[in-house]
Amino acid sequence: MAKRIDVNNLNAFYGKFLAVEGVSLSIEPKSVTALIGPSGCGKSTFIRTINRMHEVIPGARVEGEVLMDGIDLYGTNVDPVAVRRHVGMVFQRPNPFPTMTIAENVLAGIRLNNRRLPKDQAEEIVEGTLRAANLWDEVKDRLERPGSSLSGGQQQRLCIARAIAVKPDVILMDEPCSALDPISTLAIEDLMAELKENYTIVIVTHNMQQAARVSDRTAFFNIAGAGKPGKLVEMNATSVIFSAPAEKATEDYISGRFG
Amino acid sequence: MAAVVEQGTLTLEPLSRRRATVDRLMQAAVYAAFTLALIPLVWLIVTVISRGVGRFMIDSDGESHFNWDFLTQSMRGVYGGMPAGGILHAATGTLIITLIAAAISVPIGLLTAIYVVEYGRGPLKRAITFFVDVMTGIPSIVAGLFAYALFAVLAGPGTKTAIVGAVALAVLMIPVVVRSSEEMLRIVPNELREASLALGVPKWLTVLKIVVRTAFAGITTGVMLAIARVIGETAPLLIAVGVADSMNWDPLDGRMMTLPVYIVSEYRKGPQPCNNPDVACIADITVQRAWAAALVLILIVMALNLIARLIAKYLSPKTGR
Repeated sequence: MAKRIDVNNLNAFYGKFLAVEGVSLSIEPKSVTALIGPSGCGKSTFIRTINRMHEVIPGARVEGEVLMDGIDLYGTNVDPVAVRRHVGMVFQRPNPFPTMTIAENVLAGIRLNNRRLPKDQAEEIVEGTLRAANLWDEVKDRLERPGSSLSGGQQQRLCIARAIAVKPDVILMDEPCSALDPISTLAIEDLMAELKENYTIVIVTHNMQQAARVSDRTAFFNIAGAGKPGKLVEMNATSVIFSAPAEKATEDYISGRFG
Repeated sequence: MAAVVEQGTLTLEPLSRRRATVDRLMQAAVYAAFTLALIPLVWLIVTVISRGVGRFMIDSDGESHFNWDFLTQSMRGVYGGMPAGGILHAATGTLIITLIAAAISVPIGLLTAIYVVEYGRGPLKRAITFFVDVMTGIPSIVAGLFAYALFAVLAGPGTKTAIVGAVALAVLMIPVVVRSSEEMLRIVPNELREASLALGVPKWLTVLKIVVRTAFAGITTGVMLAIARVIGETAPLLIAVGVADSMNWDPLDGRMMTLPVYIVSEYRKGPQPCNNPDVACIADITVQRAWAAALVLILIVMALNLIARLIAKYLSPKTGR
């Protein structure tokens, strides 16, 4: 559990368009790494390259290396499906499966892969995972209700529960709180602080206070202009990025003097 | 007219007379259009019911009381103006042929739709979409001739069996199934596909257990509508399956009666001569049978639609509210 990720000279394309260029960085295990930067700078594209979700989009491809504990996720013999079982993902909009109950949503990653579970074991996983996602007390009486009956914040925690139920090593979160109210956001942030005990977490966020609150290390991405590729400007401990960034662009962005 | 409301610098205009008039006019136009659309439908249903119940009110002795003879008898040994004869053979024929047609066209149509929406790219996808559109426009009689000609080559000239008719109906059904399934698969949010893929679920399982499952209610409705569309087809069945007076359970051998063909053939027989006053005889029994069969056909289509709605209601994604 909780693996280290090293990215070497990664380029991400949509067809011929180079969206992210030359990113090299390291993501420490058992920590929260935040990716910040203006819209369109390639944060989301970059985070999707870590679990090979980028290539799901027609025409999209990746060059470079993503090493998880030294193994290249883009190696010739690596199955993208296997990568995604080790690197889970939570999306911007909560997206529980509408045909499934709350309990079924938690077990989706296991059941969809045609693995049979004994009932007691399934119940154990549902309870344990929902507890880990700080959702158990709110839903324990209505596990057979549809996942879509929950509020937005609860749905997002259900999606986090669904992601950790398959026991990944790394959890990617692509703006997990941007569709949520401040109270739900706080619940997710508390959850992240707990989850980093066991998982490597990478989060994309537009909210700099959030990055400052939850992350141990922060990477700042920027884009030179429309149609140009996004690049990693700098990465450092969060306290350093927010107090004494090395680059002028970073300072301008975090202090709101951007553009 | 209401006066202009004014308070400080804020001015709120009242609803203008012109907008109010246009609103009324449009409302009237919408209701009028709806009523116009309803007139032929109601008229048709009233006509079919009023003329169709007649046959149910005559028993084989010519006595007038309600009975189920029409549903339990075939036309075997029925001739002239005999107040007997029913649609058992035609109704079973229609169900058998439609079921086989659905069994052929649903897998082909659904898999084609899955290919087009989930996997297809480039010229092949465009070609399939184009040919499905072309198929939608095939006249039913051409589909019947196609199936007839196909089986003339495969099974010998003059082959008229239920399976030939089922193939003809399948040709008509496939494009409808493809089109409706395509639409239903397309409205499944992409987020659900991504959520499933990100859980480490292979694409084929994602398509099967998330995309098709989420769209299942809509796909079922589409299939039922396609069935309702072909169940009343007459011309292709007349060519491909022919006419029969007796029960035939074997779709691979012999002609089989179907409800639409039954209606046509009864109507064509016209009024029957009733010369012997000792024998129960009704001159317009054939026309009565035709109307009664039309009524049953409409009821079958209605039942199919109801089943589709129930399936859709039971299986559609739950909103939880």
